[in-house]
Amino acid sequence: MEFLRPASWEEALAAKAEHPSAVPIAGGTDVMVEINFDHRRPGHLMDLNRIPELHEWEVGDETVRLGASVPYSEVIDRLATELPGLALASHTVGSPQIRNRGSVGGNLGAASPAGDSHPALLAAGAEVEAESVRGTRFIPVEDFYTGVKRNALAEDELIKNIHIKKADGPQQFSKVGTRNAMVIAVCAFSIALHPESRTVRAGIGSAAPTPVRPRAAEDFLGAALEEGGFWDSGATLTPSLAREFAELCAGACNPIDDVRGSAAYRRRAVGVMARRTLGWTWESYRGNRPGGTTTEGGAPCA
Amino acid sequence: MRVTFTVNGRQHEADDVWEGESLLYVLRERMGLPGSKNACEQGECGSCTVRLDGTPVCACLVAAGQAEGREVTTVEGLPEFARRRAGGAERAAGDAEAAAELSPVQQAFIDAGAVQCGFCTPGLLVAADELIERKPQPSDADIREALSGNLCRCTGYEKILDAVRLAAARADETREVV
Ligand SMILES: Cc1cc2nc3c(=O)[nH]c(=O)nc-3n(C[C@H](O)[C@H](O)[C@H](O)COP(=O)(O)OP(=O)(O)OC[C@H]3O[C@@H](n4cnc5c(N)ncnc54)[C@H](O)[C@@H]3O)c2cc1C
Ligand code: FES
Ligand code: FES
Repeated sequence: MEFLRPASWEEALAAKAEHPSAVPIAGGTDVMVEINFDHRRPGHLMDLNRIPELHEWEVGDETVRLGASVPYSEVIDRLATELPGLALASHTVGSPQIRNRGSVGGNLGAASPAGDSHPALLAAGAEVEAESVRGTRFIPVEDFYTGVKRNALAEDELIKNIHIKKADGPQQFSKVGTRNAMVIAVCAFSIALHPESRTVRAGIGSAAPTPVRPRAAEDFLGAALEEGGFWDSGATLTPSLAREFAELCAGACNPIDDVRGSAAYRRRAVGVMARRTLGWTWESYRGNRPGGTTTEGGAPCA
Repeated sequence: MRVTFTVNGRQHEADDVWEGESLLYVLRERMGLPGSKNACEQGECGSCTVRLDGTPVCACLVAAGQAEGREVTTVEGLPEFARRRAGGAERAAGDAEAAAELSPVQQAFIDAGAVQCGFCTPGLLVAADELIERKPQPSDADIREALSGNLCRCTGYEKILDAVRLAAARADETREVV
């Protein structure tokens, strides 16, 4: 094995072009487990820790540019206002030690259907900036996941940044697992209200071969909110509407039975999380409108 | 390959390190620092917790080459680390009195009866020490959160929580006196 230690982004791209099978290592929280357990023996390990720009982020007018290696702990501490869904999701990852090292770039690189950042990125709206010596591509995150632990990166490409839409309304993230810390999701759900475009987006994790957006549910809810004048009136959501949204979200799943849970359980749990997170975000939207009141109480938990 | 980094204030070097080797392996097997424990090698137990440039991390998940040129603090260095943080003078290496001294958080673990088999203790000490440094008066929720990546099979955690509360309370008293 050879250890590559590029000192700059350009060097990293050149090294990846020269050794397409080189395995990048950022926080190492996926890669090192595989190496420790002999599941992976790459010819080249490429350390990304020495590339400053991968650890930087920048809040723009409409999006946040998040460097691929920015650790979860920083997303939680610094970006909870702009990226509330991703910050909530980040907070459920592993433990403090894991959050101090693990990154959204690494989560995308691993492309596990259970990765917690994925539902939040899908709901907020995001693009992955992939670069190689050949040039740069901006890949909408919904096109990034191509199969179980597979992504759209070409062999010579690296993730430089993730461009995530700044929240223009309430966002939530919810995850089912056996306890609070150190849990790989049985399934996960994220929702983002977008009052500016009067749309709702959502993302589902660990309930299909890839993270998915429940498009039919999003379309249904968007139309129903529009037709019912809900965005302007800020009225309480009709229970039947929330129920229909939840059912459509459950219907967007294509889960499997595995050690963490059965397919039937996952489908049901996604429906429950969809209904609850919609309730929380809508109450928060109503409460934040001028003159609005909120009836939300207690800490949200799934 | 050769790796060089600072551990507990001293420059360490290791040769013939395999490129896939973890920081934990290098500390324990090549640098003679077996304080950080190896239990799971997959980030789940926290017994290998060290500080890398000040940040608590699982040493089993850092590639040794990633630590090149950086600063690592292990449980072995906690007494000296705590002394310096408190503004104390540096001691000569090999100073027998200094070597026998414990950091406040270590003393609190002993006094509170938070150590049974002791396997989880080094990682918990590093995590707890960092918490009190960052949040001198942590709430119970802060303590639980900060230690949520450290597993203990013996104590049932209550005495560990007591120990962290004790260490924080003592630090508070010291500050008031000063
Ligand atoms: C104890 C433990 C608990 C965990 N809990 C969770 C959890 O609750 N939720 C969750 O989602 N994940 C969890 N994980 C998995 C892991 O922490 C996350 O997937 C994390 O986001 C990985 O980030 P990293 O920077 O450590 O990635 P690395 O391990 O460094 O890399 C992961 C993959 O991405 C590739 N890669 C990294 N950076 C780039 C880049 N810039 N361009 C291209 N490819 C790249 C690597 O080659 C590798 O294939 C856990 C892991 C452990 C060990
Ligand atoms: S040995 Fe590193 S976390 Fe268990
Ligand atoms: S004291 Fe034995 S594992 Fe904690």
